[in-house]
Amino acid sequence: MLDYIFSLEFIFAVIRMGTPILFVGMAAVIGAKADILCIAYEGMMLFAALGGVIGSAYSQNLAVGAIVGLLAGLVIAAIFAYFVLYLDTKPLLTGLALNTLGTGGTVYVVYLLTGMKLDTSSLASLRFPTIHIPVIKDIPVIGSIISGHNLLSYVAFIMVIVVWYLVFKTRLGLRIRAVGEDPAAAASVGINVRRTKFIALLISGLIASMGGLFMSMGYMPYFTNNMTAGRGFIGIAAQNLGRGNPIITMIYTLIFGASMAIGNTAQSFRLPSQFASMMPYLITLIGLVVIGARNKKNERRLHESISRKSKV
Amino acid sequence: MGNEKVFDNVKIGDDILSMENITKIYGNGFVANKNVNFTVRKGEIHGLVGENGAGKTTLMKVLFGQEIPEEGRILLAGKEVNISSPLAALEYGIGMVHQHFMLVESLSVAENMVLGSEPVKGITFDYEEAVRRSTEVSKKFDLEVNPKAKIRDLSVGYKQRVEILKMLLHGAQILLLDEPTAVLTPQETKELFVQLKQLREKGFSIVFISHKLNEVKDICDRITVLRNGESVTTADVASVSEQDISRMMVGRDVLLNIEKEKANPGKTVLSVSNLSYKNKFGLYSFKDLSFDIRSGEILGVAGVEGNGQSELANVLAGLYEIEDGDIKVDGTSIKGMTVRQIREKGMAIIHEDRMTYGASATQSIAENIISDRFYKSEYKKKGFINWKDIVSKSKELIKDFSIKADGHDAEVRTLSGGNIQKVVAAREFTSSPKVLIACQPTRGIDVGAAELIRKKMIALRDKEDTATLLFSADLAELLNTSDEIIVMYGGKITAYFPDVSVINEEILGEYMLGLKTQSREEIGGVVHE
Ligand SMILES: Nc1ncnc2c1ncn2[C@@H]1O[C@H](COP(=O)(O)OP(=O)(O)OP(=O)(O)O)[C@@H](O)[C@H]1O
Ligand SMILES: [Mg+2]
Repeated sequence: MLDYIFSLEFIFAVIRMGTPILFVGMAAVIGAKADILCIAYEGMMLFAALGGVIGSAYSQNLAVGAIVGLLAGLVIAAIFAYFVLYLDTKPLLTGLALNTLGTGGTVYVVYLLTGMKLDTSSLASLRFPTIHIPVIKDIPVIGSIISGHNLLSYVAFIMVIVVWYLVFKTRLGLRIRAVGEDPAAAASVGINVRRTKFIALLISGLIASMGGLFMSMGYMPYFTNNMTAGRGFIGIAAQNLGRGNPIITMIYTLIFGASMAIGNTAQSFRLPSQFASMMPYLITLIGLVVIGARNKKNERRLHESISRKSKV
Repeated sequence: MGNEKVFDNVKIGDDILSMENITKIYGNGFVANKNVNFTVRKGEIHGLVGENGAGKTTLMKVLFGQEIPEEGRILLAGKEVNISSPLAALEYGIGMVHQHFMLVESLSVAENMVLGSEPVKGITFDYEEAVRRSTEVSKKFDLEVNPKAKIRDLSVGYKQRVEILKMLLHGAQILLLDEPTAVLTPQETKELFVQLKQLREKGFSIVFISHKLNEVKDICDRITVLRNGESVTTADVASVSEQDISRMMVGRDVLLNIEKEKANPGKTVLSVSNLSYKNKFGLYSFKDLSFDIRSGEILGVAGVEGNGQSELANVLAGLYEIEDGDIKVDGTSIKGMTVRQIREKGMAIIHEDRMTYGASATQSIAENIISDRFYKSEYKKKGFINWKDIVSKSKELIKDFSIKADGHDAEVRTLSGGNIQKVVAAREFTSSPKVLIACQPTRGIDVGAAELIRKKMIALRDKEDTATLLFSADLAELLNTSDEIIVMYGGKITAYFPDVSVINEEILGEYMLGLKTQSREEIGGVVHE
């Protein structure tokens, strides 16, 4: 087992497993900065995954597939944002409803199109290409780690920088942080709080949808029933552990990716597969306990700063 | 902004802004402003005064585009304008400094100042330009700030300066200041006044809301009095006295100084020994405090904000844990007790942060009033809460504390600032407290209601033998209400005055600023046993 963990194969698998979680983690960073409790990423991913498959299968064009997929995810994000921001529904319930719609709705569409309920393997959908980076791919060790991944895996890592830049360096990012932290203050200088949060959610949804695309057009060659399997939530957990910092969030998504990779191979080392598939969730739980303990310590701090703030 | 021209055409001393027949009715049918007329001249500081709930904040929100009036019109330099949002208000050159700061704590001064009209390079936020602009207004108006400092690290007075500069940077020519001094220390208030006077010199117009009439007298040129949502009078400040103003506000004479009998203290009820508390940075907020209060007396605590008073009140109330030292109520230590246990020992507190620790904004007045006692048998009937009784008691208290509201079932969030404070006071004063911790009990409260609250505190002292610890930034109130006073400076007690009648604000001021400290023996007098 240890041999495996120190193998190049393992590092390769970590990146592969980490990619969708990394997308969701980045999506969640933006959601968190805007102070919106969005758990609808599973729903967005599933619709994006299915949309991508259908779009590419019928057009036989990868770009069309990608666009259809992203739009499908975006629709879910927009529904979530509209309900929560304009109709004042509870974010948790809205997210739950959309996730349920994601699992149920996609199966229904799959059935309509293929007559099967399990997957879309009968559709000739396309996949994102694997990239072999010239020059780098020939460097020993490093070459085989860095080169040869799915296009979307590279996009995921670039997304970390994009999100970091968006949040901390752009005007939109500044406004997102302002409305997230103190909506009244933002509104008092003429910022449209709802609109800013809406935009943040759409961007967040777009990024999460890329994770969905990866699932059905990279990780797997077709869409299967509930194929995200909780990755939308693990991404949220990574964001929480990373306290909204894109870089630290990325590190946690890779840790989760690693635990999934170990889980996947654990079976060949005679560990029960149930135990193996439990691993990422177990790590999430442990992570949350650790964070919880840390928060507890900070609670008094918080208490103090609250009582110092807003002396009405 | 194109409006500078509009303002330039108005001569100093001429009307720059007038609100005519403004009527504002809130969603629940409450008429907060009735046919209000209000004019501001160029280059004046105009005081807006009135009792709690008179409609001052509402009128300013109308002007700043946060509330849309049902009737009336607003003229700017003679031309009718439609102010539909804060953005529109800012474009017309009207800026508001809200009573609770509208600053994003984790952002820097510069980021806060440009928020809403941020400089950009492409899609990138141009931080350097933001810093440059902030420095520029800061220099122009001679109000010093560090553009790169984070808001959360700043003092209250500093934040206020940032707020004012922020509005100036947005091009405001008319500044609306809603109770700007309520949270300031006397020193900070003085600084603010110097700044406001400078702005007046430069031709800016300022609307100044305050319940402290001496301040209004001090800094305003004219005042407008609101009563029950109507504008009663506008007058030159020079032609009216504080007494006159309070009479116009309340409709009767108000006692600015309360008569009270000498205290008749009994035995020690609250005793604090060697109490220390470390803040989040591991520094001592206060160290080794020892004092006690006897039944039937009021011990005042003077001190510039941030010298350990807030933390002390929080430790006494059981909100922060006792780390070092001890607090005893009636001889029993309250160490490790829950807040309810501490309250059952007879402790009551008016917290300085009434929205976080004093009241629940989305619950009714009646619910807020019983929130500390609903579980007691007298409020229950066969295991259920006895609402009939509670409602009639609440109605009594609403009358008794003259709480202005739509009835006992009005949500607290719809009350004006001062009326929320009265709800908290009504609950705490009627809990038959043995010990009352009163933190800034009259902050944001009008003169009439402040008189009422001070009288109630004295009545508790005389009728129920309550031992009161009074924290107040208002020295006149401290001297007037307390029987004894201690001064806190740098987390220590630096003075103890057993007889308030022989001291004055100047003497307290010297100890508050740390210029003087009494000897150990003198300070030790505050431990009576
Ligand atoms: N959102 C709201 N809905 C209903 N009623 C409201 C609302 N906001 C304020 N009111 C009522 O309008 C009245 C005027 O409130 P306002 O805040 O303008 O008073 P104020 O003069 O500023 O008082 P204070 O000195 O206590 O701050 C109050 O009686 C309050 O209960
Ligand atoms: Mg007000």
